[in-house]
Amino acid sequence: MKKIRVLHYLNQFYGGIGGEDKADVPVQVKEEAVGPGLAIKAALGEDGDIIATIICGDNYFNENLESATAEILKLVEQYKPDLLIAGPAFNAGRYGMACGGVCKAVGETFSIPTVTGMYIESPGVDGYRKYTYIVETGNSAADMRRAIPPMVTLAKKLVAGEPLGDPKSEGYISRGLRQNYFHTERGSKRAVDMLLAKIKGEPFVTEYPMPEFDRVAPNPHILDMSKATIALVTSGGIVPKGNPDRIESSSASRFGCYDITGVTDLTADTYQTAHGGYDPVYANLDADRVLPVDVLREMEAAGVIGKLHNLYYATVGNGTSVANAKKYAAAIGAELKEAGVDAVILTST
Amino acid sequence: MVKEIERCGIPVVHMCTVVPISLTVGANRIVPTVAIPHPLGNPTLTPADEKNLRRRLVERALKALQTEVHLQTVFEE
Repeated sequence: MKKIRVLHYLNQFYGGIGGEDKADVPVQVKEEAVGPGLAIKAALGEDGDIIATIICGDNYFNENLESATAEILKLVEQYKPDLLIAGPAFNAGRYGMACGGVCKAVGETFSIPTVTGMYIESPGVDGYRKYTYIVETGNSAADMRRAIPPMVTLAKKLVAGEPLGDPKSEGYISRGLRQNYFHTERGSKRAVDMLLAKIKGEPFVTEYPMPEFDRVAPNPHILDMSKATIALVTSGGIVPKGNPDRIESSSASRFGCYDITGVTDLTADTYQTAHGGYDPVYANLDADRVLPVDVLREMEAAGVIGKLHNLYYATVGNGTSVANAKKYAAAIGAELKEAGVDAVILTST
Repeated sequence: MVKEIERCGIPVVHMCTVVPISLTVGANRIVPTVAIPHPLGNPTLTPADEKNLRRRLVERALKALQTEVHLQTVFEE
């Protein structure tokens, strides 16, 4: 059998280029297996090989979505792989979006199978599950050893054109595709069995999970900005110098609330970022680059806005669970409502 | 976070660089920003130009808050 030609996509970190300070490196290619690619190569065994690894900085990809995708497609055309594997990205937000974006573009353009791996809460899952096979992984690279084999098994099946079972047994996140097949038992019996299991308190699995549409309708707009109180909230981790609440650089367990009465400018001596998921150099030099207190103070003085709320709220949005982010924001929202704030500017990095 | 604050009855504008994430998490008013590590700044500009850039972006955010929207809306200008 012909060996499967695999093209692998990695970010700057797993590609061995560097950390957040290198997140803006452009698309490049190495004609070998790199980092997690070595484990993929081992799992492929005699069946295939990684012909090249495309590496791209997470910031470069996400900030230059169209041009970076075009560059990658050009490389795919050049290498003519049978399969593209991206990541796994675990719970890394930008990396997950990049892996998903690359898989979607490559799959649609070249009609070859694409496989990636992510933690269920990664924004890449919601964004791209419909377009590619996303194997469910743990939330950090500690899961690498366990994550790779099912990705490769699934990839081999896809290349061979073997029929896939349901997402759960194959280990990937449902793409929302329906497949017709003959069940050994008729629908009415299955429904009654399920009902009986439910009544007995036994576990059962629905055959048709209802989609969750958790959307909040937009609130009415502000009619008179010159009378409005505006509050600032950020997931970019801007805190007073020294990080008094010790908000963690990733997986934040809390949010902070800070008084900016009389503060007209955030300086390198007074504010910093606690965020560990992006290069902190720019925010540490001038935190207004993330939390625009300086211009809002000027707008307040000029009467453009009524008032800048004297408290701002911050947490670190880096691997923070959706459940925690929801909890913090519900608490923040309730306090802001209570304080009579009319509108919120929320900044994210 | 955007969605939970919106749920409390306060209009929110999300200023961020990775707009697809913002759309995925359900922000209603979105203003695209400069770059991930400095959404509201650009260290390659002079301090005065950088502040002007920030002012323009915040003005766009205020415009978004003064605009009636029914669906997720990205304010490109």
